[in-house]
Amino acid sequence: MNRKFGGVYLPELLMAPIEALQKGWEALGSDVDFIEQFLKLLKDYAGRETPVTEVKRFAEAVSGPRIFLKREDLLHTGAHKLNNALGQCLLAKKMGKKRIIAETGAGQHGVATATACAFLGLECVVYMGKVDMDRQSPNVARMRLLGAQVISVEQGAMTLKDAVNEALRDWSSSYEDTHYCLGSVLGPYPYPEMVATFQSVIGTEARSQMYEKIGKDPDLVIACVGGGSNAIGIFSAFIENPTVALIGVEAGGKGNELGEHAARFKGGSPGVLHGCYTYLLQDSCGQVAETHSISAGLDYPAVGPQHADLYASGRANYASVTDKEALAAFKLLAQTEGIIPALESSHALAYAAKTARDLPKDHTILINLSGRGEKDLPQFIAMGDL
Amino acid sequence: MIAKTFAKGPALIGYFTLGDGGMDYSLASALALVEGGVDLLEIGLPFSDPVADGPIIQKAMERSLKNGTKTQDLIPFIKAFREKSQVPIVVFSYYNPILAAGKRFLDEAHAAGANGILIVDLPFEEIPQSALDPILIVSASTSQERLEKIVQKGRGFIYYVCQKGTTGMRGQLPLGSSSAISRIKQATRLPVAIGFGISNKETAEQAFEFADGVVVGSYFVEAMGRKASTEELKQLVKNIDPRRTQ
Repeated sequence: MNRKFGGVYLPELLMAPIEALQKGWEALGSDVDFIEQFLKLLKDYAGRETPVTEVKRFAEAVSGPRIFLKREDLLHTGAHKLNNALGQCLLAKKMGKKRIIAETGAGQHGVATATACAFLGLECVVYMGKVDMDRQSPNVARMRLLGAQVISVEQGAMTLKDAVNEALRDWSSSYEDTHYCLGSVLGPYPYPEMVATFQSVIGTEARSQMYEKIGKDPDLVIACVGGGSNAIGIFSAFIENPTVALIGVEAGGKGNELGEHAARFKGGSPGVLHGCYTYLLQDSCGQVAETHSISAGLDYPAVGPQHADLYASGRANYASVTDKEALAAFKLLAQTEGIIPALESSHALAYAAKTARDLPKDHTILINLSGRGEKDLPQFIAMGDL
Repeated sequence: MIAKTFAKGPALIGYFTLGDGGMDYSLASALALVEGGVDLLEIGLPFSDPVADGPIIQKAMERSLKNGTKTQDLIPFIKAFREKSQVPIVVFSYYNPILAAGKRFLDEAHAAGANGILIVDLPFEEIPQSALDPILIVSASTSQERLEKIVQKGRGFIYYVCQKGTTGMRGQLPLGSSSAISRIKQATRLPVAIGFGISNKETAEQAFEFADGVVVGSYFVEAMGRKASTEELKQLVKNIDPRRTQ
């Protein structure tokens, strides 16, 4: 019998809080008033809907067909993460929680959570790996300005995986008054489903915007995949239409050896980390591997279980691009379109740049531009590339 | 084996992380704990992401993995230990290393002489079938409904996690530990051991008043982390064991 991707793999201490969250989600996730309140927040506070922009000069530069970007970079706080943070914090408040904890890699989920907490009047604590704090320093300052406490995690490789470990440890002593606001489609049920639902607004909007612009679905939808929440968010609206190819782009890092990248579908195998069964970078003893990516938001050894399902069924394909290719796309979009993409989203752009010339000219590509790249400037400047 | 140990009276359970300080040191330390008076050994397989553990055991697991400890090293370790001691062994692990080791691993561990298996991040519903006794955890947050199902599936003993949060050394037992153990005992005839945070004689003594077993982990692991001698380890067991008079 094949084990199902996803599931709930947690210490007994966390079973009661996760069951309470399951009940809360199952009651509120389909509650008309809750959904209405959530959608109103997305519109009036977060600034939805975000536009779809055709990028003609970028398409020309990569000799590709028509390319459209879903502009999550224009969402309040600068990335798609706010959709989920607002949804979960609203849910937590309704469940009577006073304190929110979160992990963050690139800092975008931390900023989004700190923002939602400030707006909703909740206490906020963010765990962030020390390495990530150094390479995403503007976001650390933003979280602190927003009133959040940022705790530096100095275990392991000091990146996203270690931040999740610390957040789970916090939650196992604080669950009575604390909600763990997990930032991606990862972790035990109900997180993957709940986060995917909050992010599905990306795909819903994008699909109707594509109909307005070209009168049909795009041929190809591309998104970068760390945990995979922006990708699930945009894929969800197109999954039912088999003529739309779905491509998730992982971080190819600086090489193909374990430890040099974060391409779970290239170098990983199924296993259990952080509460779910999914594709994982690990050694033959089941020890979770360290990962590398220029992009902190993709630098994580596991992928969301829904992506594992899409991969297994063949409904989506997964590719990877290297740090170098992502950086080239980062610069190219800035210079051809006046849009500075996040290094995470630059992976999706880089895949398009690499493959677009081989597509028929009458095809259209939709790329989820999941976030903006101002947060990456210190890292970019430090590389001496300006 | 496990049942017999508890039948003799309250049991002191000692935890250590396999391979911390090297495999030879682990074997010498395990035997020292037993000589000092530990009645049952809990052997922790190291894992890269031990979310239920506090800093002391996290660091021990990190050191062990740096030493190159492999899951399979458990088998020859248990065989070597069994040449010297018949004290029951519970294997402690996170799920992913057990999953990666494959279906036959737990039966191989049993054949080598292990008696129980505790997989800390695996809910009782998922515990794999094997010849080992599944040692299941109940916590202060476990609902009555879950408790009743857990005691149906558990063998050997029930492990009551008395602290919220992670493993580590703490000064006191939480209020309500005694009534929590009574609640478990009303649901099962299995012995109930208490663990998490017990690191001095006073708390061990309180715990023995109502529990059938007391698990001591970080207190020993901390000493092994600084490569304490076997003599010191024996003395540490004596120092924490309230059943001794000196």
